[in-house]
Amino acid sequence: MSNESTKNIESVDIMVNMGPQHPSTHGVFRMVLWVDGERVVELEPHIGYLHRGSEKISEGEIYPQVVTLFDRLDYLSNLNNEMAFCLAVEKLMEIEVPKRADYVRMILCELNRISSHMLFYGTMGLDAGAMTPIMYGFRERERIQKFFQSVTGARMMHNYIQIGGLREEPPKSFQGQLKEMLPQLSKAIEECDQLLTLNEVFLLRSKDIGIINGSDALELGLTGPCLRASGIVEDIRFTEPYSLYNEIDFNLPVGVTGDTWDRYAIRIAEMRESIKIIEQALELLPDIGETKAPGVRLIPRPPKGESYARVENPRGDLGVYIVSDGKDKPYRVKIRAPSFANLQALRKMSVGSYVADVVMILGSLDIVLGEVDR
Amino acid sequence: MKIVLQFAIVAMSIIAIFTALLFSGQTDIFLKALHASALFGFLSIVVLALIWYERKLLARIQMRIGPMRVGPFGILQTIADAIKLVTKEDIIPSETDKILYWLAPIVVFLPSFVVWTVVPFTPSLVIQEMELSLLFILASSTLSIVGLVMAGWSSANKYSVLGALRATAQLISYEIPIIITALTIAMLANSLNIIEIVLSQSSQPYLLLQPMGLLLFFIAALAELGRTPFDIYHAESELAGGPFLEYSGTHWSIFYLAEYFNTFLFATLVSLLFLGGWLGPWLPGIIWLFAKIFIVISIIFWIRGTYPRLRIDQLMEVGWKGLVPLSFTNFVLTAVFIYYKWPLWILGFLGLMSILVIMFAFKQQKSSQPPSIMLIPSSEVRHV
Repeated sequence: MSNESTKNIESVDIMVNMGPQHPSTHGVFRMVLWVDGERVVELEPHIGYLHRGSEKISEGEIYPQVVTLFDRLDYLSNLNNEMAFCLAVEKLMEIEVPKRADYVRMILCELNRISSHMLFYGTMGLDAGAMTPIMYGFRERERIQKFFQSVTGARMMHNYIQIGGLREEPPKSFQGQLKEMLPQLSKAIEECDQLLTLNEVFLLRSKDIGIINGSDALELGLTGPCLRASGIVEDIRFTEPYSLYNEIDFNLPVGVTGDTWDRYAIRIAEMRESIKIIEQALELLPDIGETKAPGVRLIPRPPKGESYARVENPRGDLGVYIVSDGKDKPYRVKIRAPSFANLQALRKMSVGSYVADVVMILGSLDIVLGEVDR
Repeated sequence: MKIVLQFAIVAMSIIAIFTALLFSGQTDIFLKALHASALFGFLSIVVLALIWYERKLLARIQMRIGPMRVGPFGILQTIADAIKLVTKEDIIPSETDKILYWLAPIVVFLPSFVVWTVVPFTPSLVIQEMELSLLFILASSTLSIVGLVMAGWSSANKYSVLGALRATAQLISYEIPIIITALTIAMLANSLNIIEIVLSQSSQPYLLLQPMGLLLFFIAALAELGRTPFDIYHAESELAGGPFLEYSGTHWSIFYLAEYFNTFLFATLVSLLFLGGWLGPWLPGIIWLFAKIFIVISIIFWIRGTYPRLRIDQLMEVGWKGLVPLSFTNFVLTAVFIYYKWPLWILGFLGLMSILVIMFAFKQQKSSQPPSIMLIPSSEVRHV
């Protein structure tokens, strides 16, 4: 094109609003992009569309009821959330959870991690433009969700892990069902791995995209798979083992470059490790025993004081801070949501990349809006 | 804005001229028109069947059963969908440029239908025999870009504009390999008439002489159709549908119809140019042709079930750094072989070899990548 024809044309960055109704924002997340052609110049995330005031509502509910609110935070890993709150209260009340209950909790949490990562796998495929992964992912997730239903009575909002143990004894078929399901799951993980992980187009789309190095990741407060993808060895199951994780041997997948592909591959590797954890826990699980600590009242009243508990959620470090004034309702509950912190890195990762990459990067952060907005 | 309108007018007049050319000197113009409407009916039914087949095949790939409620095996599902689309309220957003918005589906649709008038199913089963039918098909199928730009621009939606820009870049760059490969075939057959091209394959299909050409043509056709892995201008996860985003009801279904017309067209072209069209032993020609089209279409749908989408810059790279040079090399080599009358099977062998080399290179690249995930055992960390 000659200079004369382009001389008078002024180039303007277009503002593109993505969300809250958009197929790739994984819920009601909104981001405003300024794009120069296909390049992202600036990105501004807007959150709060799913704000329900969970922290404030918690102050008006008795402790067992607050567990149900935690189910609804990160609605893809409900049991991990219940675990976090119960750990915090148990810490405050100095309750020793029976071993049997603790192993069941651990098995359920790890299963929940697999089911959450399976959904991640599917949505990552969708973000990359592949249709099939979501079907494969959902099939496996459904298998796990059905198992949860048989154990807890609900597909998603379980309210099963309670202060001092479990709400009720797991069904007699618990071990049998698990033993039947685990080989199916590990087969499915390999299947999913083959379908997408080393696909040429997927590699092109995810390698060296949305890179974040270790120190930046730490500064931005990234946790979970997103942090480990940048090469930082940090996992609460390792560094501050809660429950009975220190009795179990498993590997921690850690990335090198911190790009989108690493964040994806770490989750696939994590699913395999979760299977290992469940297998070991199943071996160690006592056949008989209490599933609830003796002496814990139906409506517990923790002593005055405060406590902070962290668990390794599928998305990262979920922290719960409780202040009790000795009544049956918490005085204050503060939730440190991993998705919320991970979301902070979105701008840093995305600016300068293509519009299509932003979708991939957001997908690789694997946010859940119920947790971001709380 | 004016430019786009001008484009539209130009496009429409080109189509009008082509159509006039098509029917010029015809005494039995009404008969031709009747044939054309019969063709339209036939194509519409084919499209309905194609959509059903695509959904069923994708469902099988994804371990679902697909449509099954309406009619046996859900075969009436697409008809139900079509009825729903046509009876739907036609929403035209208030900010749109009404004329362009209304015209765009027509501009996209017309070329995709007009080309069918010269596509032969058998030597006798063709509406209008034309000496330059291959050229006519390639030329008119290019025109639909204008319609996409019109749709994107007039929708007054940023996603649509982005989608339209992507579509332009993509379609224009992938025209080149398509045309060059088609030209190679025309050179081999020494004709631009598709009927003659097919008849010249009586000794062997051009698949054997031009395996590289087939690959290039097929990949470029996928991009031209905007199908996975090149469905960049629809890009549901980014642009939520691209240029067609604001369209609904009948308008949208016309776009959809055009898209499937084109899919069917390119599958037919591949079978005619490379797979020997209606030629084949024992069975009647038309069955051979449809069997070949069926295989090509199945491959197109199969790819959709397994591949993610490329990014726009990668798409351009594949086009300009891969397909364009390769197609030119193929073209020049073929020309040299024809000029010196060297045996053509060497050409086929060379093509096959280069395909194998490329595949091997991809495989090497894949396996040479260092594993970027380390597994750290828990025992190491706990004691640190």
